[in-house]
Amino acid sequence: MAAIKIHEENDQNVKSIAADIKPKNKILFKITKFNPHVDTHMKYVDYDVEYEHWNTVLDALLMIKHKVDPSLALRYSCRQASCGSCGMMINDKPSLACFTKINELGSDVVKIEPMSNFPILRDLAVDFTQMFNTHKKLKPYIIRSDSEISQSNEIKEFSQDPDSVEKYIQFANCIKCGLCNSACPTMATDSSFMGPQALTQAYRYVSDDRDKGKNTRLKIIDERHGIWRCHFAGSCSKVCPKGVDPAMGIQFLRSYLLGFRD
Amino acid sequence: MIRESMIMKIHYATALGSVALVVIHVLFRLTQNFHDSLKFDNVITNYSLLPYSILLELILILISIHGFNGLRVILLELNQGQKYETIITYGCLASMIALITYGSRTILMTSMGMI
Ligand code: SF4
Ligand code: FES
Repeated sequence: MAAIKIHEENDQNVKSIAADIKPKNKILFKITKFNPHVDTHMKYVDYDVEYEHWNTVLDALLMIKHKVDPSLALRYSCRQASCGSCGMMINDKPSLACFTKINELGSDVVKIEPMSNFPILRDLAVDFTQMFNTHKKLKPYIIRSDSEISQSNEIKEFSQDPDSVEKYIQFANCIKCGLCNSACPTMATDSSFMGPQALTQAYRYVSDDRDKGKNTRLKIIDERHGIWRCHFAGSCSKVCPKGVDPAMGIQFLRSYLLGFRD
Repeated sequence: MIRESMIMKIHYATALGSVALVVIHVLFRLTQNFHDSLKFDNVITNYSLLPYSILLELILILISIHGFNGLRVILLELNQGQKYETIITYGCLASMIALITYGSRTILMTSMGMI
């Protein structure tokens, strides 16, 4: 009798676990296919995708690439919001595919397009050349005449107190994913605009008290398509996956040029 | 070439200046009822008042500078290219000078009783 009871209890456990595991959900992915060397306009291709509640958009795209359409072009690497490779428009919002869960989108259709404000290489892969060139132009490194390594090979550290680190650390979290540039309304019309990504990195180094390149950088950003073309729309900060808040960085940077900081 | 930060400082200063002066200008309308204040003779009389003419001249200058720089910025964001940007920059500058000159001529002639 006792043995039967135990068996019944086990049976109930099995049932309740089975009830917890929901069957796979189905969703429609509408994905942009475009090869600028061949196609004259973009087209959307539909894919039915089965997904589990833990799947990200990147999981689904890789599933499609591996099982249905190996020609689908996309860029990714770390799968954990660290490398900044997998930026794309997901339901019209610039997002990281590896950092966006399908079931958090709250929609029956997932529209996937390449990031706006970037030239398209193919399908979902865009060209970062201009963004990286602008980033380089703003000298994203500590500028000073001395070095941490002396001629006698002694290493001295440029130490900082926690308050000094606090001033720039948020801006140092940028992974160069380009989502902010993609969301920026100025970038949509002004192809020469430096963009929130590069301007924020300029602020990251200007606000670092080990750096002595403030005037050099302020001169670079103080031009026709530089910092003054930011209208503080704030969309860059809204889409940033790392909480960098580029809009705030740009306003801080601007305050140097307006004479509110030195 | 004048730096963009200097241009934008002028842009912000002219905006603040025009708001302050336009407030004074509008308050002048309250010295009589609004309908009367816009009658031809009353408007002409205003110009014979030297401080008021100076106020109008300042409003003209500030708003022209602010407006044409705003237009330059909009057009620069709309399209890019060396030639285009040079035309826009000098075109806006020339239009601003032309408008200030024409407006000043009107203010001067009216205040001297020539209209
Ligand atoms: S600021 Fe944010 S959105 Fe922009 S590139 Fe860096 S991490 Fe990406
Ligand atoms: S794959 Fe690296 S950020 Fe998404």
